[in-house]
Parts: sequence; C-alpha cells; structure tokens
Amino acid sequence: MDLPHDSGFPIDVRVPTDVRLIEPLVGLVTRQCAVRQLSPRACNLRVPVALTEALSNAMLYGNREDRSLSVRLRARLDEVSLVLEVVDEGTGFDMEACTIDPTGPEHLEREDGRGLFLMRTLMDRVERFTDGGNVVRLTLHRA
Amino acid sequence: MSFTIKKHGEVCVVDVDGQLIVGNRQELKQKVLDELERGERRFLVDFSQTGYIDSSGLGVLVSLAKKVRESGGEFRLSSLNDDLRTLFELTKLDTLFQIATSRDAGLAAF
Repeated sequence: MDLPHDSGFPIDVRVPTDVRLIEPLVGLVTRQCAVRQLSPRACNLRVPVALTEALSNAMLYGNREDRSLSVRLRARLDEVSLVLEVVDEGTGFDMEACTIDPTGPEHLEREDGRGLFLMRTLMDRVERFTDGGNVVRLTLHRA
Repeated sequence: MSFTIKKHGEVCVVDVDGQLIVGNRQELKQKVLDELERGERRFLVDFSQTGYIDSSGLGVLVSLAKKVRESGGEFRLSSLNDDLRTLFELTKLDTLFQIATSRDAGLAAF
C-alpha cells in the first residue's frame, strides 16, 4: 500500500496489519523528526525503536496478525514534545502487569520480553488507554 | 534492507544493511541457520551499515548465539555505532555477546 508523502506533522495514517509496513511507517515519522530538529539520538534510536515496538505489539498481539484489522498511527511534534499514538483493534492488555526486567541474569538469554522495556526506557512516558481502540501513547520531551 | 553472508577464511561474515526488526528477522535467522547446517561454525555479524534494531532483532541474535554455541561454534558481533551500543548496554546484551569495535578486530578475535 502507498503511505502518505512526507508532509509534516501531524501524521494520521491507518494501515492494515502487516509487519512489512512498520519500517516505512517509522521512516515517515523519523524523517519528520529530523526535519523538525529532534536530536540525532531521538531520531536514530529512541523514536525508531520505541515506535517499532509499539507498532509490532499492535499488529502481533493487539490485532493477532489478523490482516483484516488495521492499526492507526497518530504523531504530533511541537516545541515541547513528540507524542506518538498507536491504536489497534484487539482486546488490550494490562501494561502495568508487565513488570519483567529482561536485563536480569535469569532473563538475559530469552528471545522475547524486551519490547515494553525498550519503550519505557527510551521514551519519557508510556501510557495505555482505550479510545475507539486500544491506544499506546509514547511521549518524548525535546529536552 | 538486506543480509549478505561472505566467507573470510573460516569465518562467515554477516552484513546487516538497513534495519534488523520484526519484519525481516526471520530472514537473518534462516540464513545463519542454513550456514550452520552446512557446517559453518564461526559467525561475525557486522553492523557497520545498520540503522536500528528492535526487540525482535535482539531476540534473534540471542537465539542464534545460543544455537551456534550449542553446535560448538562462536557467534560474535562487530561495528556497533554509538546508538546501537547504547541499545545493547540498556538491555545488558553487551554482557552476553563478544562485540568488536570493527570487522577486522572481530575477525582477528576468532
């Protein structure tokens, strides 16, 4: 499918559940972050990794890879912060219950379990709520 | 995004060009497992051309390292930029992998 051209923030796009679309979606956001002079660390690490995690969680666990369901991405950036919202059509999950520390020695060799940890570590704030779907909101402050 | 594997002496050097994420991790996994099946035992994954890695990509590296080690081989990484090194430090995976600063240093370490 064709994604919208780089036309700046705000971004509001809905895509089918297809993990191959994650990379171009993330590219769409990070290019605009660079144009709006978000820090290189944010553009090259924090935003792409955290947003990839949110989108893959929405597609794999939220929508359970059901290609008939869609994922919506909303993104806005102002002088204070970048706010990313990823909305899926699944049944949601209890984010607060996910407290496993994947950096502990007993979990270090696990293949999975780092996604939420990375979102929480790389973003200033991670929230989950319901608003016409299950929303994960990632907030990163400029300074 | 692409993965290429080239032999340097006894070492299979895997170049990760682009991102290593949920959408392509299986391709990398299968390519390395195919080489392992063919009898290769030394692997160096080079990230000099890599953008970012997500948790799925990290998970595949952990999985491959375990499989190669269980087969009596060695699985090393090289050429992490500052952002990728930070990612490995945050997840403490820098303590799990042997990471060389460059491809040449990685090859010399085998």
